[in-house]
Amino acid sequence: MNYSMIRYILSSVLGFEGLFLLLPAMVGGIYGEKEGWIYLAVAAGSLLLGMLGRIKKPESSVFYSREGFMAVSLSWIILSLVGAVPLRMTGEFPSYIDALFETISGFTTTGASVLSSVEELARCTAFWRCFTHWIGGMGVLVFIMAILPLSGSSSLHLMRAESPGPSVGKLVPKIKSTAMILYGIYIIITFCEMIALKIAGMSLFESMTLAFSTAGTGGFGLVNSSIASYSLAVQIIITVFMLLCAINFNVYYLFLIRRPKEAFLNEEVRSFLLIVFVSAALIAVNIRADYSSIFMAFHEALFQVASIISTTGFATADFNLWPEFSKMILVTLMFVGACAGSTGGGFKVSRLMIIFRSVKNEILSVTHPRSVQKVHMDGRRVPDNVVKTALCYLATYILILMASVLVLSIDGYDMTTNVTAVMATFNNIGPGLNMVGPTGNFGDFSILSKIVLMFDMLVGRLELFPMLVLFAPGMWRIPARKAEKKKSGMNL
Amino acid sequence: MKIIIVGCGNVGATLAEQLSKEGHDITVIDTREQLVENISTSCDVLGIVGNGASFSVQSEAGVGDADLLIAVTGQDELNLLCCLIAKKAGGCHTIARVGNPVYSREISFIKEELGLSMIINPQLAAAREMARLLKFPSALQVDSFAKSRVDLVNYRLEESNPLCNMKLKDMGSRLRCDVLIAVVERGEEIIIPDGNFELKAKDTISIIGNQAKMVEFFKKLGVPTAAAKNAMIIGGGRTSIYLTKQLLDMGIRVKIIERDEKHCEELTEMLPKAMIICGDATDKELLMEEGLMETEAFVATTNFDEENIMLALFAKSCSKAKRITKVHRISYDEIINNLDVGSIVYPKYITAESIIKYVRAMKNSIGSNIETLYRLNDNRVEAVEFLIKEDAPVVGIPLQDLKLKPNMLIGCITHRGKVTIPKGQSVIEVGDTVIIITTTAGLHDIRDVVR
Repeated sequence: MNYSMIRYILSSVLGFEGLFLLLPAMVGGIYGEKEGWIYLAVAAGSLLLGMLGRIKKPESSVFYSREGFMAVSLSWIILSLVGAVPLRMTGEFPSYIDALFETISGFTTTGASVLSSVEELARCTAFWRCFTHWIGGMGVLVFIMAILPLSGSSSLHLMRAESPGPSVGKLVPKIKSTAMILYGIYIIITFCEMIALKIAGMSLFESMTLAFSTAGTGGFGLVNSSIASYSLAVQIIITVFMLLCAINFNVYYLFLIRRPKEAFLNEEVRSFLLIVFVSAALIAVNIRADYSSIFMAFHEALFQVASIISTTGFATADFNLWPEFSKMILVTLMFVGACAGSTGGGFKVSRLMIIFRSVKNEILSVTHPRSVQKVHMDGRRVPDNVVKTALCYLATYILILMASVLVLSIDGYDMTTNVTAVMATFNNIGPGLNMVGPTGNFGDFSILSKIVLMFDMLVGRLELFPMLVLFAPGMWRIPARKAEKKKSGMNL
Repeated sequence: MKIIIVGCGNVGATLAEQLSKEGHDITVIDTREQLVENISTSCDVLGIVGNGASFSVQSEAGVGDADLLIAVTGQDELNLLCCLIAKKAGGCHTIARVGNPVYSREISFIKEELGLSMIINPQLAAAREMARLLKFPSALQVDSFAKSRVDLVNYRLEESNPLCNMKLKDMGSRLRCDVLIAVVERGEEIIIPDGNFELKAKDTISIIGNQAKMVEFFKKLGVPTAAAKNAMIIGGGRTSIYLTKQLLDMGIRVKIIERDEKHCEELTEMLPKAMIICGDATDKELLMEEGLMETEAFVATTNFDEENIMLALFAKSCSKAKRITKVHRISYDEIINNLDVGSIVYPKYITAESIIKYVRAMKNSIGSNIETLYRLNDNRVEAVEFLIKEDAPVVGIPLQDLKLKPNMLIGCITHRGKVTIPKGQSVIEVGDTVIIITTTAGLHDIRDVVR
């Protein structure tokens, strides 16, 4: 393990977090809030630490996937630990654990809150909460890659560990340009939404924070009632952008390079949209009686469906009160999640498609034992190891889900609360049902449960394996430098 | 620049690695999934699995706005087809690898008629390098610069050599010879020496000078300078055929040992003047019988690197022949270098070098003023030839007053076609070409040389 390289990357992450923290400090300055100084202090500390850690360049640039996974998971842990400091220091959160829960929930774009009243937060804190979504949405290491010169192989391993989806595809030959394109698209989408919301009559501050929250598919809002208190136009704009951000960003790139035909043929996006509209239609029929018109019922249904499947977690209606059938559809959608290569979390549509297709193949091979079958996506064969990883992912996913629910049940809340709390955090959605429903919060859970949920959020955002790898035997040993010394010794 | 490489074999992989390090956008295409996967994990390149000659695969790789397509699969015809399609589809520059001796005489016709920018032949290039070495067997490696007017010779100092324990500034007065020691390789280290540097036994030195001066220099050192009179070549592959042709032209007698009987017959047909022996070269008796003890040069060119290395080591133990070993596949360069197998020729590096030269020259038209580029000492040293323009910061200053960056050395100056080895008083003028020897890779402009 090349620890000095990991130290170098972690220091860069700290440095960039310091820069990010300057933004809420500025917001604090604009609105004349004293909390702004706290953000400024933490930003300075974080920047300083980052600079100190970067003074000594690593001697060996040996970087394999092991180092990549470790750097990514440690980066996210450090990012959250430091990001929580100002939240606690402003005194708005009762304990560091609560502040940490809120920050992890922010960076992992979950949007689950421990607060019972969001309105009381200082503007800079509210801004920071939403901005963490934006950073976490595309990934902080991808951001660093787009800016800092890292060697090709090391950035590839980082990208693999951080990017969501069953297999990582580059858009252009250079990883740095790929990262820049992704962030470029991300920034454009965010900016468009900001303008749209501003036109719809929101203040600049509101439109900015909500745009960050939506683009990162996070879900932190500015008021307790989430989006319900805003006008219909705002709700529709947010619905559209939630869906846009849950679509594979590669598709937008295909539009950019004028190959829209391939973009429209993307099977994952088509399935995603199909799921969205079918679910919304079913729910609309189911809840028709509660709303004034079929249009309103469909609008409410679509907003909730988009919010859950894109793993954003905004709400315009308390779906906790909806009929059982509608609730069950939403719980199922929690499991589905967004498209690979988007800012959304969850299990990912493409992974589900791979699993369904290999199940279909398995059934076929019972009737035709000698048939040769391969899983196909977008007219291309999916490599066997990708299929295998997807199946393994499902198994691991279920195991973690069960284990987490088991630990949560110690607190003694009802099963729906426990299961949906785990699903909502694990899939980075935010609200669940019953106690953790759209109007509730996670504040009442015990510290142990909160720690488990924090772990679930991180594991879910980084797609299981990077975090789990930290616990793998032998991961922390074998410094790469030692192995190198051995090699040069032989040459002498 | 956007470059597409078709074929991920040895040459393709080396090219992808080196060109991506130079900052180009590389896309690699191969039908073998595993190879594509390997390259795209180890270098920052985009991998595409598919047939490189297919139009749809090429357009997926972005041939439309690519600047260059390099086809280096194992099949000549496929390479040519790739280039043709790329030419029609994207109008980019194309480089094809064509290795079959049948085509070798028609290369210029093919190149002209098919509109290719360059045709490379790794085996022929390797054979040329081997022939150069046999012309001057005392050297480990011989490169030619400045339109072949200057040679750069790598030579390993034995303990008996008078240069040992001599400081470089004393060399001129003692030997009275107009050559320059540009690079010294000591163990793992590569040094660009200054006047106070002291040479030691077992150093590998690189000497720059014109051919006549070089011969004089080596004569003074008591090193034999005559070309080999006969050569024994193991393996009858393409490299061997090209090499034999050249050696025969130089008047060197050639003996080829080839295992396959049928292939031996083909060889006899193709190379009537060479002696073809059918037999297994790993058979010690056979080698002895064919006069390994007396041969002046021993070239191992079989397709198996390990066999070549073993044969060279064996030849070392029982003869004083000049040994040349072809290493194509394995990548333990450091270890092979320490084995003392004589000169090593890496066809993949030679090929990569000539393509990189072309790529840099293409970039040249966009701004830098590099004329040619050579890579020495396993790519750790670069010799870059610059054309001096009016605004260059080195014009008109005596070299002793010129402040060069560390690890830079001016190797030679060509003034109106006349080559001089620079001294402290030499002055560079506009229109000259200079060769900079450096351990810093990727020089692009003469401005990067001075402090």
